[in-house]
Amino acid sequence: MSDITKQSLTELVENIKNKKLSSTDVTKAFIDRSEKSEELNAYITNDFTSAIDKAKKFDQKPNLDLKLPGIPMAVKDLFCTKNIKTTAGSKILNNFVPTYESTVTENIWNEGAILLGKLNCDEFAMGSSNETSFFGNVQNPIDKNLVPGGSSGGSASAVAGQLTPITIGTDTGGSIRQPASFTGIVGLKPTYGSCSRYGIVAFASSLDQAGPMAQNVKDCALLHEVISSYDPKDSTSIDFKRNHFSKELTNNIKGKKIGIPKEYRVDGMPKEIEDLWQKGIQYIKDCGAETIDISLPNTSYALPTYYIVAPAEASSNLARYDGVKYGFRAKGENLIDMYEKTRSEGFGAEVQRRIMIGTYVLSSGYYDAYYLKAQKVRKLIKNDFDDVYKKVDAILTPSTPSSAFKIGEKTNDPVSMYLNDIFTVPVNLAGLPAISIPAGHDSNGYPLGLQIIGKAFDEQNILNIAYAMEEKINFKNKITDWWIK
Amino acid sequence: MSIDLKTIKHISKLARISVDEERAEKLAGDLNSIFDFIEKLNELKTDNVEPLTSIAETTLKLRSDEVKSKNIREQIIKNSPQDNEDYFVVPKVIE
Repeated sequence: MSDITKQSLTELVENIKNKKLSSTDVTKAFIDRSEKSEELNAYITNDFTSAIDKAKKFDQKPNLDLKLPGIPMAVKDLFCTKNIKTTAGSKILNNFVPTYESTVTENIWNEGAILLGKLNCDEFAMGSSNETSFFGNVQNPIDKNLVPGGSSGGSASAVAGQLTPITIGTDTGGSIRQPASFTGIVGLKPTYGSCSRYGIVAFASSLDQAGPMAQNVKDCALLHEVISSYDPKDSTSIDFKRNHFSKELTNNIKGKKIGIPKEYRVDGMPKEIEDLWQKGIQYIKDCGAETIDISLPNTSYALPTYYIVAPAEASSNLARYDGVKYGFRAKGENLIDMYEKTRSEGFGAEVQRRIMIGTYVLSSGYYDAYYLKAQKVRKLIKNDFDDVYKKVDAILTPSTPSSAFKIGEKTNDPVSMYLNDIFTVPVNLAGLPAISIPAGHDSNGYPLGLQIIGKAFDEQNILNIAYAMEEKINFKNKITDWWIK
Repeated sequence: MSIDLKTIKHISKLARISVDEERAEKLAGDLNSIFDFIEKLNELKTDNVEPLTSIAETTLKLRSDEVKSKNIREQIIKNSPQDNEDYFVVPKVIE
């Protein structure tokens, strides 16, 4: 079957369960395509040889009751994988081989999936274009020299390019939803506390969440069901009853109330995005749901708040990279000199910039003016959401203020790069779940996404809305295989 | 507000990242444009707002104080850039 890699996760699971395909067939097909796709630079490390061994082993004694029976998949290189190099896209972890497994990936392997390899990402997940990776740019399968978004850029590129049927990313300020939008796939950022952070290389601990990325909503729901679990090893993991998201998925959203926040109509937003949003509103109505104009008055303060909170937490989290216990070490004349050179040579420019911002806002004399102020504004942003959720069940917005941009276009202007996350960041600050679904194309044929934001722990509802809209939108991703010779 | 080179040098010391003159100037430019953007927060009055310190509205769970990983010295040392079997090795600290 030559079209194995075109199949959705749901189809692959079905075909493996019906014995129409073996895990070995499927694994080989994705490896073959991954090997032909080096130009995308989606992988940092591959584990193809042992993937085939594991697939053969699965086929000898297949457990077809599992949720991901013999399904191969690659994951973002921010998840620690036992005995497989985990770099976080950084030189400073270039030689780091974890001796333990992240809970999220452990959950995935326990359901029968097989690791294909580790996917490229922005260094320590800090970036919106995958250009800050020590391992180079990732190409967007949509067009040559187009960024795939970031920080889960390799993940988005690998799903859109059919190098893996599904994947997981992490989202601190939009790092799942923005690349999903740029590559025409579905990406879910779960409620803070739904997926364990144990074994994920930390960026900003009060914002980081792992989440699924897939070709369609149903696949996304199934993978979310696998990765979401209570984990005592993560002190902020929340113990609540988790749904069987894929089983309970329904396109019946009649009577749901969907808020349309006026503050997301930002200055300079291209008409294409506004038109897409209007189309989305129409789809919602066609599904029998109701739209209500709402206001989230503090929206424009979300990004400045994020650029205090996230770097502050990052500067603390990244203090551990000192060249002593693991990772890269530079030679120094004494201990302090060794620390300073290790961090100067080991971290890239964007990571250093954010550590400097974070160090500054936490430093003596500035803490109240910046960090405390940001925590207060964060409260106001959360209050905005709490208020509107008294009236609506979910919120519909564009995922990004533009379609994917060219590689190099924004690298010299950090603020313009940061503005890319203007619609995604408020969700992380408020700890809410949100999903990006592909909803149309711009005049270049590049995909555009819509974002559905839910109440905390209401993933099922936004998955249902996404599922109903997906059916109406009937999106077809324009993948030409331009990178395959 | 303006972040000068002296401040950059000070922050880089605190952050333990060595920065040469050229990098310091570039960083000063970047940080100034980022902080110009952050200053927008001053438009908001927040005197009576409680800071949000935790997004997960739960209290930390208690657990019994048990050792769960035993004899993992080898695993811990495994990734160290320089070791002599049982210890992490760093440049000499005491003269």
